[in-house]
Amino acid sequence: MNLVDSNQAQNNLMVSEAASERTLYPYVTGTSVIGIKYKDGILMAADMGGSYGSTLRYKSVERLKSIGKHSLLGASGEISDFQEILRNLDELILYDNMWDDGNSMGPKEVHNYLTRMMYNRRNKFNPLWNSLVLGGVKNGQKYLGTVNMIGVHFEDDHVATGFGNHLARPILRDEWHANLSFEDGVKLLEKCMRVLLYRDRSAINKLQIAKITEEGVTISQPYALKTFWNFAAFQNPTVGAEGSW
Amino acid sequence: MFRNQYDTDVTTWSPQGRLFQVEYAMEAVKQGSAAIGLRSKSHVVLASVNKAQSELSSHQKKIFKVDDHIGVAIAGLTADGRVLSRYMRSECINYTYTYDSPLPVGRLVVQLADKAQVCTQRSWKRPYGVGLLVAGLDESGAHLYYNCPSGNYFEYQAFAIGSRSQAAKTYLERRFESFVSSSREDLLKDALFALRETLQGEKLKSSICTVSVVGVAEAFHILDNETVQSLIDAFEIVGEEVHPATEEGDASEPAADQGALAPADEGAAPMDI
Repeated sequence: MNLVDSNQAQNNLMVSEAASERTLYPYVTGTSVIGIKYKDGILMAADMGGSYGSTLRYKSVERLKSIGKHSLLGASGEISDFQEILRNLDELILYDNMWDDGNSMGPKEVHNYLTRMMYNRRNKFNPLWNSLVLGGVKNGQKYLGTVNMIGVHFEDDHVATGFGNHLARPILRDEWHANLSFEDGVKLLEKCMRVLLYRDRSAINKLQIAKITEEGVTISQPYALKTFWNFAAFQNPTVGAEGSW
Repeated sequence: MFRNQYDTDVTTWSPQGRLFQVEYAMEAVKQGSAAIGLRSKSHVVLASVNKAQSELSSHQKKIFKVDDHIGVAIAGLTADGRVLSRYMRSECINYTYTYDSPLPVGRLVVQLADKAQVCTQRSWKRPYGVGLLVAGLDESGAHLYYNCPSGNYFEYQAFAIGSRSQAAKTYLERRFESFVSSSREDLLKDALFALRETLQGEKLKSSICTVSVVGVAEAFHILDNETVQSLIDAFEIVGEEVHPATEEGDASEPAADQGALAPADEGAAPMDI
């Protein structure tokens, strides 16, 4: 009897141990990423915050990275999973370069590869806890797409992850057009990031903007946006918000 | 029983530094009926001679579509050729699944050559007894490769393998410099002319050859018999014993001939079904 009992206990222990090897919830997370197409390529914006739960724990996490010659990747969600993704992509690009045959991975190929990777991991019930934005330019072709932790993927002229879907994309739908200049594109992204900064508690006022064109990738130094907190709505936020206190 | 004491397995060197089993496999390629390939900047054409094993049998398929952008023509052991074609198809489809884009031709050829090479270095294996002409199109343009049982591979402007291929090679060597800028129709014409060289006087008919094309905005496909026959008629590629080709006004006649011949052809190819 005792033997059986202890066996069972051990079994349960084993099961729970195996289960805990999976990502059950994220630890350190980054918030929204926004990407848009513009006249010469793709622009992307993300702040540099890393939240430990709801604590704003880290203040200089780089969440925009270049992938090979033609692609740019932005990530929200679990930062360590993003680092694992970057390791995988580094290897992918290295092996691609090792052929040394004049062919190279474009943004479409990288996006599809990421989609397979994300969907494969969710099928193992061990997802990479991220929403990714992938942009790039190859042979004059602009590409912008997104994929999330369960493998949902699509292309669009402008994309956003997380809170950005609710706060930034309505602005982009109103104001985006295909002929945006670099300056106007940056202004539009800053407008979106400012709204996110005001209304997304995980957003911080230190961000980077990256651009990718036929010439290559440039990621800006971190900088802050000008803010103005004295709007009447900020002074007394509960006025007109029925049900709040 | 054996030609010499150094050819009992693939991994044994002769004192002269040769691997006899690998050389025998290369000989198998020469025994097969001819296959030729040639390319321009934008197109690649593969053509082969179909020889039936006996009067009673159909001929074996010698040209295979691998993917929309790649096809192969084989000479040698057809069975080995089919195994390798299947491998290439699976590599292409896996690449497309992962990257949503076509596998670069050169990379597939390297993988194929590596697969063939392994067989020359394992005592319990035998080399593939087949030579493959791989035609393909990718972002770096149109390509034609030759893959042989030794694990070597070469890129060509034009090439011929199989029995009596030397005649076709001579023809191609004489003319290859103009191929780069050739039109699709000129490539087909040269393919048929080169193919005729391997026939040694036998009449070139659509029933004894297969022709295929891949090119810009044209997925790899095998031309049907009627198209090939009309090309042959249009180019007036006829054997020595045949009277001069008829006028354009009789263009419908070959088609009618074809119709009359078709049942006979089908009668000789029961295994096609």
